[in-house]
Amino acid sequence: MAKRPQPRFPEPHTEPFWEGAQQGELRYQRCNEDCGDPVVFYPRHHCPDCGSDDLDWHVSKGEGTVYTFSVVRQNRMPGFIDLGAYSVAYVDLDEGFRMMSSVVGVDDPTTDIQIGQRVRVEFEEQEEGDYPIPVFRPIEED
Amino acid sequence: MAQERQAAIVGIHEYPLRVAPGVSAMNVKVDSIRAALDDAGLKWSDIDAIYDAQDGEAGGGLQLAAYLGLRPTVLDTTQVGGSSYEFQAAHAMRDIAAGKCNVAVLSYGSTSASNRVAIGTGGRGGPATWATNMETPYGATLIANYAMVKQRHMFEYGTTDEQFAGISVATRHHAMRNPEAVKAMTDLQFVGVNEITPQDVLDSRIVADPLHLLECCMISDGGGAVIIASAEVARNCKKPPVWLIGAGEATKYRENGGDITTSAGAQSGPIAFGEAGVSPDEIDIAMIYDSFTITVAVCLEDLGFCPKGEIGAYVEGGRLAFDSGEGPALNTDGGGLSSNHPGMRGIFLLLEGARQLRGESTSQVPDAKLAVAHGNGGLLGGTHTGGTVILAKD
Repeated sequence: MAKRPQPRFPEPHTEPFWEGAQQGELRYQRCNEDCGDPVVFYPRHHCPDCGSDDLDWHVSKGEGTVYTFSVVRQNRMPGFIDLGAYSVAYVDLDEGFRMMSSVVGVDDPTTDIQIGQRVRVEFEEQEEGDYPIPVFRPIEED
Repeated sequence: MAQERQAAIVGIHEYPLRVAPGVSAMNVKVDSIRAALDDAGLKWSDIDAIYDAQDGEAGGGLQLAAYLGLRPTVLDTTQVGGSSYEFQAAHAMRDIAAGKCNVAVLSYGSTSASNRVAIGTGGRGGPATWATNMETPYGATLIANYAMVKQRHMFEYGTTDEQFAGISVATRHHAMRNPEAVKAMTDLQFVGVNEITPQDVLDSRIVADPLHLLECCMISDGGGAVIIASAEVARNCKKPPVWLIGAGEATKYRENGGDITTSAGAQSGPIAFGEAGVSPDEIDIAMIYDSFTITVAVCLEDLGFCPKGEIGAYVEGGRLAFDSGEGPALNTDGGGLSSNHPGMRGIFLLLEGARQLRGESTSQVPDAKLAVAHGNGGLLGGTHTGGTVILAKD
């Protein structure tokens, strides 16, 4: 089972996001003002476009596209040191927010991940800690 | 030229060792300050402004004045990673122009190599924040962050590994002419202290796809100091002044839908060039923060040396070498890739830029008149800063 580092609390901005992860929900915020860029991510107490604090939480469908990625071959951190090569990616969710994550479930991350690939979220249970980590798996073609 | 000349680099020193066991960061700073004052022909008590990136072990700006035994009228503790020194130089220009001080000292000391700090491949510590809680679970090393920028650049513009490798080849060419860089690579046990080819870069192991080992900077000890003085003081110093004629500061960060291949330099560059009244095609020396090949590629584009996405074709044919006859000459000291990178390289960009405009470089470009020093601090593919400073020969 995966041994990724857990988010740490108290940290008020990100707590609702991680409570969502516990319920299998990928949450993001939207600004209720009629501003130019209403999607707010990473979680915050204000809208970085207009400064409003009138934000609501929404649940993403969890589908998106790989914007870019790397495959880490060397990491001296506990939890990753034994993992072998693993991916790190920025995923653009269809609702318009970009998150850092990992693309999993491929035979060889060095050859089987591409920019533009369609991916779907899944919540990866961890060996220790209360929070499953949202990661992405390529969506099978029809 | 139209630009005002109110502040100049008058004293420089680069700490010669890259492996210095038993020496403290504060020792490196103070030894460098003393040597830079001597280079300028100024004395200890002439210093009336301290700029400190909080790199010494004794509490940064709060403690440095006490340690030095000085009572400065300006104390600036700007810490924006590797670009701290370009920001500080910009602030020193302003402070001198405003009459707040006459002799400013910037200093850096680090023992990253002796302390075995895994800058690029270790984890990042500190308290949980709104940003770290969203990233820590994924094990994105610093190198992986930069690698994601290279991956996107290759995808979007078709830039090739061979083209990126040309940046490593040029800086190694310069490093082999710099005895301190040769000693650095030897002391840090580089495999092959020699000129390299693009194929050597491609044959080196991948640290984080698509970045190869020879596209990554070294981790060294080291440091240095820069003395910046008012025009009045500069005229009476031992060496010809190197004028600060323009500066720009900017930040950039991960944004929904943002373009990861454009850095803060796209904002700081035009400000600096505008203030200086010069354009990139007039620049002889490009001192660009080479934490990785991709950093140089993106920053050269953003500063306007070539259009976005065209860096591959721009660097092909070796124009970045000091003896190419084309220019601009890139990182003529050997850069962070092959000479000196203890963690925050920004000060070395100013040092080598000044050496070139004095005619003191080991890879001297004949009659070099203008240099740009561009520092990038933080994570190129995440939150970072860009500081651009334009330097002019007297």
